[in-house]
Amino acid sequence: MKRSVSLSINGRAHSVDVEPRALLVQVLRDDLYLTGTHIGCDTSQCGACTVLLDGRATKSCTTLAVQAEGHEITTIEGLAQGGELHPMQNAFWEKHGLQCGFCTPGMILSCIDLLESNPDPSEAEIRHAIEGNLCRCTGYQNIVSAVQAAAVAMRGAPVRTTA
Amino acid sequence: MIPVQFDYVRATSLNDALKTLAGGDGTKVIAGGHSLIPLLRFRLAQPAKLLDIAGIKELSGISEYKRGLRIGAATTYRDILDSALVRDRYQVMMDATSGIGDVQVRNRGTIGGGVAHADPAADMPGVLLALGASFNLRSKRGKRVVAARDFFQGTFATALAEDELLIDMVVPPLPRGGASAYVSIEQAASGYALAGAAVVVKCSRKTVTECSLALTGLSDRAFLAEAAAKLLVGTKADPDTLQRVGAAAVEGIEITGDIHAPAEYRRHLAAVVVGRAIRAAIDRV
Repeated sequence: MKRSVSLSINGRAHSVDVEPRALLVQVLRDDLYLTGTHIGCDTSQCGACTVLLDGRATKSCTTLAVQAEGHEITTIEGLAQGGELHPMQNAFWEKHGLQCGFCTPGMILSCIDLLESNPDPSEAEIRHAIEGNLCRCTGYQNIVSAVQAAAVAMRGAPVRTTA
Repeated sequence: MIPVQFDYVRATSLNDALKTLAGGDGTKVIAGGHSLIPLLRFRLAQPAKLLDIAGIKELSGISEYKRGLRIGAATTYRDILDSALVRDRYQVMMDATSGIGDVQVRNRGTIGGGVAHADPAADMPGVLLALGASFNLRSKRGKRVVAARDFFQGTFATALAEDELLIDMVVPPLPRGGASAYVSIEQAASGYALAGAAVVVKCSRKTVTECSLALTGLSDRAFLAEAAAKLLVGTKADPDTLQRVGAAAVEGIEITGDIHAPAEYRRHLAAVVVGRAIRAAIDRV
């Protein structure tokens, strides 16, 4: 029942043999060893497995790998360029937008989707945009701060480093 | 959880999809998969074959049609939210869509998928009922049009035959000078409506002259509350009238009671959301 599927992940073409029932998250983690994408809940609720599919935040636990063929997939591993963190990653670091870090890859990718379509979101818009990403550590406050800082950085100004 | 084995085919065209569906053999249609894949994972659904229609161009998109809209079945909720046509004319649909699932669900989930799935607590069926939408269905046997009011037939049950595909939804224009709103109270964890009300109104000098009202989340399907809507016409939607309309809206309805909300509480919520949705719509006139 396995078939060959071509997936474009972080700008690289991969060919993998998968069953139609294989979830994208399983293929990312178990076949391609891209373990930055996490599995948190198995019920499509927590958002830890979020990746970008053609730039849009997508739960890779609720997407079949065969559905992703022909689309551009970006995982957390694909964000840093030439050793430089993505401005969103940098902002999460600077603003301490994480504690245990489990939700962080999915959270960061959802927040990038937000800023791509809304470069200057209000606090309420940021909170609405991360409704699909559960964090059990931070209380979300520093995540909101990180997105606000990243929004400034991605519009051109540098992220201010806290003392 | 891992789904049972199934076969997977991508439709190359609408005709190709209809041909596959005509073959029977337990084929289930998938577009975004955000209703279906959770069911597959829990093995509550065990289709032999999935037919992926996401790549069929004519099934996606929103266009003007007879002064109203034509919304392709595979149009994502994200595309609805990004549509200026919807934003300018159908506030009721914007209200409901912005509250469906979360960003990730709206990015992948499709309006036609949600409609065909017919979850009794889904938001969009109530919206399409209140707007008086009609649905275009097709199979190898031919085409037919089914009004929203005849489409929803029970929990996960619709007018769609095994070999039929939902093509698009046609939404008529709002009455001239009319306005609309959707208000729901959600179950906190799932986000599904415990009670939701979709309203279209037209007013003349603060008096309601036309009203369409539909509810969701309360029973085995979304439904039109026509008698209740009539009670509103000719009034200024004062608090007493809203109370009467809210009570009338669920008269004769077998209200669901479950671990999330007993039937009496849902009955109470129905009156709350009906009142709030009517006020919200009138405030937008």
